[in-house]
Amino acid sequence: MSGQSAATLCKQVAASPPTEQVLSWGRYPKTAYHLVHKPAWNDQVPAILGTAAPGSLLPYGLGRSYGDSCLNAGRELIDCRRLNRMLGFDESTGMLRCESGVNLSDIIDVFLPKGWFPPVTPGTRFVTVGGAIANDVHGKNHHCAGTFGAHVRQIGLHRSNERLVICNSEENSDMLRATIGGLGLTGVIAWADIQLKRVAGPWIDAESIPFQSLSTFLDLSRESDDRFEYTVAWLDCFAGKHPRGIFFRGNHAVKRGKEFHPKRGPKLPFALPAWMLNRYSVKAFNTAYYKIHAAKKSAAVVPYDSFFYPLDSIRQWNLLYGKQGFLQYQCVIPETNVAAVEELLDRIARSGLGSFLGVLKQFGSVPPAGMLSFPRPGLTIALDFAMRGERTLKLMQSLDELVQRSGGAIYPAKDARMSPALFDVSFPRWRGFVPYIDPKMSSSFWRRVTGAQ
Amino acid sequence: MITMRKIIILGATSGIALEVQRLLAREGRELLLVARSPQRLTEIQADLAARGAQQVLTYSADLASVQQHAGIFEFARRAFLDFDTVLLAYGSMHEQKDSETSVDTLLEELQVNFVSATAILTLFAADLERRRTGCLAAITSVAGDRGRRSNYVYGSSKGALSLFLQGLRSRLHPAGVRVITIKPGPVQTPMTDHLPNSARFANPEQVARDIVRALERRSPDVLYTPKFWRYVMSAVQHIPETIFKRLSF
Repeated sequence: MSGQSAATLCKQVAASPPTEQVLSWGRYPKTAYHLVHKPAWNDQVPAILGTAAPGSLLPYGLGRSYGDSCLNAGRELIDCRRLNRMLGFDESTGMLRCESGVNLSDIIDVFLPKGWFPPVTPGTRFVTVGGAIANDVHGKNHHCAGTFGAHVRQIGLHRSNERLVICNSEENSDMLRATIGGLGLTGVIAWADIQLKRVAGPWIDAESIPFQSLSTFLDLSRESDDRFEYTVAWLDCFAGKHPRGIFFRGNHAVKRGKEFHPKRGPKLPFALPAWMLNRYSVKAFNTAYYKIHAAKKSAAVVPYDSFFYPLDSIRQWNLLYGKQGFLQYQCVIPETNVAAVEELLDRIARSGLGSFLGVLKQFGSVPPAGMLSFPRPGLTIALDFAMRGERTLKLMQSLDELVQRSGGAIYPAKDARMSPALFDVSFPRWRGFVPYIDPKMSSSFWRRVTGAQ
Repeated sequence: MITMRKIIILGATSGIALEVQRLLAREGRELLLVARSPQRLTEIQADLAARGAQQVLTYSADLASVQQHAGIFEFARRAFLDFDTVLLAYGSMHEQKDSETSVDTLLEELQVNFVSATAILTLFAADLERRRTGCLAAITSVAGDRGRRSNYVYGSSKGALSLFLQGLRSRLHPAGVRVITIKPGPVQTPMTDHLPNSARFANPEQVARDIVRALERRSPDVLYTPKFWRYVMSAVQHIPETIFKRLSF
């Protein structure tokens, strides 16, 4: 009798998922309604894959991709957040096996007290392991540790046409390289083995140094690369060709800092009216931010969360940008082309459309872990733009031209609008990636940049 | 202080139980998890161990089948000596329409949510009563507080269970055994995914926190979670039947 009830319940999970409007972090584009499957167990995933139509599915995590790479408009998503179990941890080596819906925040909560930390972390702790692999995310330690994918030793991958595929450096190594940075298109990651990193504790020896030109930034970055595990800069994008900013660098601290308890910060309850963010308010904010940091003592032992995740302290900060949402522009430009970076910053400053979250980082020359990985040697710049219709899109197009001319690339995880032509030249290996796509998978992003059906 | 050291969870793979177990494991409690799928039990066991649980035992059995209860009970007495808390967390919710057109579906819902639940609670109640210690808790539902057009079959099965617990509480009171009726509002779990507006339902972690807090304290006897449901259901219960029968929710 109850066997039956279980069967019916499983069928409900597989057969009639509810339709929901799912938005990405940028809350643009808006039109995406999806059927959402919510498997609670890995044993339910094969049935979802088996019964789906070709090109209908995409795995989904915490939706922190900014554009449309985590969306599958009008089709189906597999929400992996309930697949959040840790399946094994080796205390001696720091190797963690976990399901793909486990998030970095959870990993930190459980393993930091034991002296382990994610090998690479993006600017938010609210990403799933599956998402971190699918976007091959990078962090402030890219120059020495590479991307997240470089620390993935093995994965179990659900594919629609076969049993669970085990991928590591010996077995199905090409499928592993396709899945790292593969935007979720190669299948559903059942579990992954992640090599965590030994750390002394939750404190960071951090320094902040103001700079007033790109060349000073480059000097700072070069001289810090060998001595600091983490480097990144905040950028005032209203300053134009000679950008001012604050350079942050740090190492895991051996000595103890002040006791702290990470707490949940305030939450933005609803989208702010769009007029509140205008060039004057943002300019004022940027000036204040610069002055405060430039005046502060430059070296301190700080809690890890304020160093890595300053924005996580305001939950749903994406609502700052109002109902229309926002776009993040993240590109990488080869270092040899500093002039292009200056020109890019100049165009942004002149447009008056930029906002306060400008980030500048020098990528290292670690070879990419995945076929479609974004990081490559050069300078990466990330800037938020409130969505103001044509004006915003036009500006970004003009930035695209610069990126394309300089031999750079746009980060798919942040993108909602790059042209197929730009994708084609900046990710030339995408055609070689196509055979690894699971026939049941597709995404809004993929259809947009490759013309796939 | 309440003694809560060794907890048996009946229906360990249910959405709410999963979160309760994580909280209990973090506090260093010992757990015996009972559910049908050995594979899923293994996964939960690994997860709780990685998160720092002291001892996690599992026993695979079909709780809806009363014939298997003796095996569960014997295992608990043998391998999980001196357990002090039992949390019943399993349940089934079919589409109401299916239970209206199929008597089999109706009976199955009652079997899972009421018949089998009272059977296994009776076994454990006798043991705790004899030992004059411990706590029995069961997850029913706010849906059991009033029969509604849209889900009276699920509602009545849970309402009947609440009534059973009320009597059991009174019976076990002299022995010092606590009985807690847990009445969650709609919660985001696999059981409710098919319902409209499921995205607005309560977060299972929040519900789990309320449950663990109730287990650790001397009160309440009846837990509504999230808390506002106590007031909502009090209002709903006071609507006169002549009006209530016309409402379609």
